[in-house]
Order: sequence, then structure tokens, then C-alpha cells
Amino acid sequence: MRRDYARYGGAFALLVVLLAVLVVWNVNAGSVHLSLGEVVRILTGPADGSTEYGIIWGIRLPRICAAVILGGALSVSGFLLQTFFANPIAGPFVLGISSGAKLVVSLVMIFLLSRGLVSSSMLLIAAAFVGAMLSMGFILLISRRVRKMSMLVVCGVMIGYICSAVTDFVVTFAEDSNIVNLHNWSMGSFSGIYWDSVAVMAAVVGVTLLLTFLLSKPIGAYQMGEVYAQNMGVNIRAFRAALILLSSVLSACVTAFAGPISFVGIAVPHLVKSLFRTAKPILMIPACFLGGAVFCLFCDLIARTAFAPTDMSISSVTAIFGAPVVIYTMISQRAKTMA
Amino acid sequence: MREHYLYTDHMAVGYGGRPLIEDICLRLRRGEIMTLIGPNGSGKSTILKTIIRQLGALRGTVYLDGRPMDRMAALEVAKRLSVLMTERTRPELMTCWDVVSTGRYPYTGRLGILTAEDREKVRESLELVQGMDLADRDFTAISDGQRQRVLLARAICQEPEIIVLDEPTSFLDIRYKLELLGILKDMVRQRQLAVVMSLHELDLAQKISDYVVCVHNNTIERYGPPEEIFTSAYIMELYGAARGSYNADFGCLELEPVRGAPEVFVIGGGGNGIPVYRRLQRQGIPFAAGVLHENDLDHPVAEALAAEVISERSFEPISDAAFAKAAERMAACKQVICCLETFGPMNEKNRRLFELARQSGKLAGHAVK
Repeated sequence: MRRDYARYGGAFALLVVLLAVLVVWNVNAGSVHLSLGEVVRILTGPADGSTEYGIIWGIRLPRICAAVILGGALSVSGFLLQTFFANPIAGPFVLGISSGAKLVVSLVMIFLLSRGLVSSSMLLIAAAFVGAMLSMGFILLISRRVRKMSMLVVCGVMIGYICSAVTDFVVTFAEDSNIVNLHNWSMGSFSGIYWDSVAVMAAVVGVTLLLTFLLSKPIGAYQMGEVYAQNMGVNIRAFRAALILLSSVLSACVTAFAGPISFVGIAVPHLVKSLFRTAKPILMIPACFLGGAVFCLFCDLIARTAFAPTDMSISSVTAIFGAPVVIYTMISQRAKTMA
Repeated sequence: MREHYLYTDHMAVGYGGRPLIEDICLRLRRGEIMTLIGPNGSGKSTILKTIIRQLGALRGTVYLDGRPMDRMAALEVAKRLSVLMTERTRPELMTCWDVVSTGRYPYTGRLGILTAEDREKVRESLELVQGMDLADRDFTAISDGQRQRVLLARAICQEPEIIVLDEPTSFLDIRYKLELLGILKDMVRQRQLAVVMSLHELDLAQKISDYVVCVHNNTIERYGPPEEIFTSAYIMELYGAARGSYNADFGCLELEPVRGAPEVFVIGGGGNGIPVYRRLQRQGIPFAAGVLHENDLDHPVAEALAAEVISERSFEPISDAAFAKAAERMAACKQVICCLETFGPMNEKNRRLFELARQSGKLAGHAVK
């Protein structure tokens, strides 16, 4: 028992240290080089209207906050979906939930832009939520008929492709002036996020995470399977509905601001579980959040700096680091079920 | 008279609105074990699933502790009823300790953190099933028998007043079958638990149950104490078994006898004949057995396996009639096997059969054991 607590404490400490290091690094690195002294001066000093001040306060810090909040939200969402489907390779991206959200958001954006209206953050989140729920509905229908985990994921990927194809179609026919913006977003990126958006996402993700954390007890029971969870006193219908809503809100929020981001939802919970050697939700929910934040900060750092001044899409980077983890998970899972 | 702890009121169960079994009226007090038996697919599991509310009853109500269960909150039920079902559960990265501690769910707070008292209960439950050495092992990496014991500890840890088990002994070897049922029996006695379960092993069902429920032909065909249910004829009928036989007194199954004119005559008695009967049955040789007293250990087995049995009433010396019949039958056989080395006053005539056989030269291996 005591050994476990030491491990959990160490793992949390490691994640926090990594997060701190990556935050500092992200503030520092970029196409405009700033020395550490300058950064400290700008962060502690008053607003001086300089370009450097603008870069740090106006661009880098909000982007860092977005990567932390959205990366964390995405991996918690993945953890919830994995629990719900009792499937280690479930996640908002592979199940097509991100793509569904993307489709509805782009439809709403184009509709509003073509009428010269400005879309608000909350409206985009709502649109993404509708899209996420539509995809989720499809997946739930399929999961009733398909018992095999791999088939479910294949169906999810197909839904994702259909949604992406329709999105591309819509984007192609949008007005020229919108395309660049829309295209960037639909590829997934943390760029172009400002403080007002950060405030909204912090509020939405914060509340959702708190609610999720309060559900960690029934989530733990659900890991034993539905029959046992029900016998322990979990109201299965209400619980399943809550789990779907929470995971959809989380992934919708991410998609609304940063577009679809691949593999974070699967890779991070898996890595975090291996690090903690437990799947207890009461530990996993905060740990996945931290892990997702670290993972996305790291990937965003690469996306920003690898080919500076050009930004890569965040999904390309997360895929490079995330997909191998997913493949590894599938292989080790197969080995386990065979045994 | 104690209150019935669990009762079902003309309940009908089934899937998709179609009743599979109707008119189920079960009554169980605390401190009693009720066992459902019946052929595969008869609906034992469906009844159990309905009792634990995994399925809704199509008609009727399940009452727990005098209250209709469908009006009880999930947590209220959880503090009274725990389950051990056949669903394979493969929780990720959970030790056996973790699995057992999920039984504390109804008692822990909002975040499910275990108190020292909860941990003590987990330890007690694991010790009860002799599973403390499994505590730190990964639940998915232990054997079926161990898993079943850990799940029983989980059910006990929930401090229920009734446990529902669906074929708890199915994957276990005899040692764990006996252990698991032994633990259940102790729990029933010590904690006045009520137990409802389904079992495939008729011999165990007969020995452990206070009530046996026979699920057959879309209904509860029979319901009562095991003495009333376990008759050879009924068990064969319940399972629709046309071949072989079931010995209700010993709870053992026998294969079909080899029919035809007896080729071997076996002089048996006192249990010495049984291995010979079994060997002849295996080899497909029809045989006659005699002269056996009706209370002889060999008698039921001979009845099940021999083409013909020549018997004598219990506690009576072998009569001349029985002797004459045996001698005649023996004369028609090619071989005689005598399983006896000594003969008492009651079966003195068997000695004469033995002498006859020796004189005729048909006697094979003396006193085969």
C-alpha cells in the first residue's frame, strides 16, 4: 500500500515538473528569440507596449494555456470513452466524435461568416457539442450490434472519414477569404487563440472536469463491468448518460477551439496508466489531465518550432508520437486476450 | 415462523417482452440456500438476472426484505444483495485487493475512499476465501478458480443479506468446488445469509440446498426440499436424458447398461462388485449380477449397469429360489467372476455358486478388486 502511494506521488511530481519545464520552454521558444532575462522582465514588469510584450502576453501565453486546458480535456475525454466502451483504443478522434464536431462547427462558421456575423466561443462549443453527440449517437447504435472492440473502432474511423470528407467539401465551396482560416483550424492547431477564448474554455473544461472527478467512484465501479456496477448501487442509465455527456462536452470544447487533434485521447491515458500502474479514476482523471497538458505542450512546441516560422498542424505531431503508442496498446492487448 | 426474505410474486421473465418462464413463485428465508437446476437454456440465468434487476420482470414483482425491489434505490439494494455472475469481467490494472474492495462501494463516501474499517472488511473477506496471498496479484492474471474465489470475497465484502450466484462452481476443480460451497454454507450459518444460485452439479445441489427449484418446460416444474426432488426418474425426465441413469441416493451418474444375453456372471457384494461392473460396462460385455441383497452397496450400481440382477430382500438369507435362478443364469454364461473372498451366513448360497463355477471351470480371476 505504502509503495503504491510513493509511486503515485512520484508520478504526479514528475508530471508537474514536466509541465513546468514545458511551460517555460514554450514561453521562451519561437520564431522570435527572447532571452530568459527578457522573458522574466516582461512577465513581471508592467505593460510597455513593446513587440516582445505583445508576443508573450498576446500570443504565447494564451496558446500555452489553450494547449494545457485542451490537451488535458482531450485525454480525460479519451479516458472516459475507454471506460465506457471497455475498449483501450477508444478515443474522441478514432470514434469520429472529433470529426463530427468539426463538421458541425465548420457548417456553423461558414454560415455565419457568409452573413458577415462573428461567431462567439460559446456558439462554437454548442455547435461542436451537437456534432459530437451526433457521432456519439451513431457509435452507440453501432456498439449495440457490434460486440467486437476492433470493429467498433473501424466504424468510428469510417464515421470520422465521412465527416472529414463533408467538411472538406464544405470548406472548398466557402468564400475565399474564409478558407485559409478555416482550413488551418480544420487541420487542428492551437494558434490564433486569445485570452477571451481561453477564459471560456477554462470555465467549460473546469466545470466538466469537476463533475467528472465527482463521478470517479461510479466510473471505478463501471470498470468492473455493467452487471457488477449495477449491483454495487450504480444507477446505470443515468451514469451512462452522464459519461457520454461529459466526454462529449470535453471533446467538443477541444474541437471548437483547436480543431480535431488526433491520438491524444488514446495515447495519454495509456501512458499515464503505465506510469501509475493503476486505472483508478480518482487518480487517472487528474493524472490524465496533467499528462494531456504535458503531451500537447510538447507537441505544440514541436509544431511551432520544427519548421519555424511555419506552424505545423498539431495533429501531425500528436500522430507521430501518439499512433505508435496506440499500435503498441493494440498488440499488447491482443497478447493479453490470447493468453 | 420467520419472514420470507426474498419472494417473487407470480413473476414472468424473458427477453424482449416474450416470456420465457412464467408464474415463478419463489420463497426464501435468511439462513437458507435455494438452488436452481435444469437443463442448459432452460432459463435459470434469466430468473437470476431478473432477481438482481439486470432484466426487468415481465410480470409480477420481486420482494426483498418485504419490499418490492423495483421501488428500492440502487444503493438500498446494494447493501442487501450481492452477486457473483458468469459474465467474464476483465478490469484493467486491478489487483485482487482492488476487486474485492469494490464490494465496499455502497458504504464509502462520495469519492469512494476506503476507511480503515473498510480495509479491515476487505481483508476479512479475502481471508475467508483463503485469498490473502492473491491480494497484490493482477486480477486478470490468476486462474479461473482463484478468480471465482476473489469474486466471492467481493460479494461477501459487500455485507449482503442475500447472495445471488450464477453457476459459481462451473470452472472449478473439485477442491475449489467443495471449498467454495463450504464457504457459502458457513456464511449462511454464521451470518444468516440467504443464497440463491444455479448449479450444474446435481450431486452438490442435492447436498447443499434447502430448496431445489427445477426449471423446465417454461415453468417451475418442481420446487421443494431436495429429498422430494431428487428421484432417479424425475432427474432423468428433467434433463430429458434417455441414456444412462442417475442414482439419487449417491448423486452419481451411470452410463447405459450393455444390453443382451449376459456373457459373464458376477458374484458380488459389499462394494467389491462395483469395479468389475464398471469394467465390463466399459468393455461392452453384457453381464448378470447376483446374488445381491437389496441393501448391498453393489446393488444400485448393478441395477444401473447389469443386463440382469438377481437380488434377495435385505437382511434375509439367500433363498433357494434366488439361488436356483442364479445357478441357471450362470450356466448360460461363458465366464464367472467372483469378487468375494469370504462368505457370511446370509450369503452362504453365494459360496455354493462359487463352488459350482469352480467345478464347471468357468471361474476367472478369483477375488478381482
